[in-house]
Order: sequence, then C-alpha cells, then structure tokens
Amino acid sequence: MSVNPELQGRTLPASASYLVGREKVREFSRAVFAQSPLNHDPEAAIAAGYADVVAPPTFAVVVQEHALAELLALPDTGIDFARVVHGDQRFSFTRPIVAGDLLTATLTVTSVKTLGAHSMVTAESRIVDASGDHVVTAISTLVVRGDE
Amino acid sequence: MSIPQISDLNVGDIVAERTVELSRDSLVRYAGASGDFNPIHYRDDVAASVGLPGVLAHGMLTMGLAVQPVVDWAGDPGRVEDYQVRFTRPVVVDPQSGATVTIAAKIGQIDAEAQAVRVDLTVTYAEQTVLGKAQVRVRLAESL
Repeated sequence: MSVNPELQGRTLPASASYLVGREKVREFSRAVFAQSPLNHDPEAAIAAGYADVVAPPTFAVVVQEHALAELLALPDTGIDFARVVHGDQRFSFTRPIVAGDLLTATLTVTSVKTLGAHSMVTAESRIVDASGDHVVTAISTLVVRGDE
Repeated sequence: MSIPQISDLNVGDIVAERTVELSRDSLVRYAGASGDFNPIHYRDDVAASVGLPGVLAHGMLTMGLAVQPVVDWAGDPGRVEDYQVRFTRPVVVDPQSGATVTIAAKIGQIDAEAQAVRVDLTVTYAEQTVLGKAQVRVRLAESL
C-alpha cells in the first residue's frame, strides 16, 4: 500500500469544535513541565491581560490530533497508521490558546512526497476561534515508512 | 513582569538552560493530558514488537518541554509566535532510570525592527541531539 498522491491539495471539512477547559490546560501544562504562573493561575493570567489560563505552545497539538484522526480515517489515503512516524511539527501563532476558547481546525494536505520507500505527508491545520479569527496553524509532517 | 530587552541581546547568547528528568510516569501523564495513547510510549512488549530499542517518549512531549525554558525567559507563553522542530532521534525512557534530557536555548537571530528574536534549541539525550532545526520565534515587544 502506498500513499495516495491525490491527497495533495485536499481540504477536509472543519473538525468538530473543541472547548479548551481550564483544568485541561493545567493538566497539559504539568505534563510538559510548564512552570509559568500564566499556565496555571487564572489570576496571574488575568493580570497579564488574558481571559483565563494560557495554554503552552504545543497544546495546539491536541486540536490538530482531532483533524489528523479524521484524515487518517478516510478510506482512500493509503496511509498505514502503524507505519506512521512524526517527522516534524510547527506551530505559527496569531495569539496563544486560552482556556474558554472554542476552536475548530480545518486541515489541508499541502504536500505528498515520496522519498525512496517512504512517503512524507504534510498536513496544515488552520485553527480558528468561535469568531472565526485565526489562532494558530499547526503544520505536521508524517513519515509513512515503506517496505524496506 | 520584566521582558528581556532586545538591545541587551547578542546572537550566540545562551538565554536559558535546563535539565529534565523523564520517567515512565512522565510518559503516562503526557499520554493522558494529550490523548496520545500509542502503546509504544508505555508498553515494553509493544515497543519491542515493532523493533524499537525500548519505550519512547512522545516526540510532542520532548517538543513541549523543550520550549519551556524559553517561555520562562520571555515571561509569557503568549510571546511564542512560532515554534518548529524536526524529530531526529528517539528518547528511550528506561523503566527504572528514566531518561535525562538537557536543553540549551541560544539566540539565533535578532529582528530589532519586529522586536522579535529567533531562539535556537539544542536538545540532548544520551549525548546526542534529538531535535533538529528546533527554533522558537519570540516576540519581545513591550505590549503583545
């Protein structure tokens, strides 16, 4: 099985919305060893000008995962999940994610490349808030290992 | 909260360093927090069955913890405008001794006009770097 080259350029329907909970932000912050009071203490976050606790930069991966799961669930991707390795990851922010945000992600497959036996699939998830304003774009390259 | 001043910085300055001790508990905690329950991150038998040298830390856990010294230096996670890494080597977490990950954050580029800097991360485990092209763009303007 090889990756379907026609995936390139495909945009999925917007993902189901994700409501960012305060305790989820704190839980994620502890898990990535984030120590900033803005990640944990609503009063510190409010004093710094935010509506609630601020998520660590990589929290956007949680929202991206929902969109990627929908991509991998499509019947015609040719992507064997057991062979997928995370190649690289990028987050480009307009503003940080804050507890209370209602986020949706729209995923576009921007590139499908073959490198020897392997394929590289780059997916860009544009994450917006309830007003439709851009928050962060998460770009992930998945390496799909071929038969060696 | 005091913000690092661009005028005080030079390319090559080390602005933050940290050592993080990862244990299997850290991996279980990250799995729960992130929703990534791939068993290669907590089951030795599954990791061995797919040819891995042991249970691995989630790449996104390494990416997530590696930026924290920069966040603390900048004083606000909202100052991170862009963050990218390449996953180049796995971090194997021993069930008993865990894994020690060290992070060094160095000024790679200064954009005085935009009041922003690029901070380059060197993230090391077992004397080898585990992330490539690990770059954080940090906004240091007075107001965000």
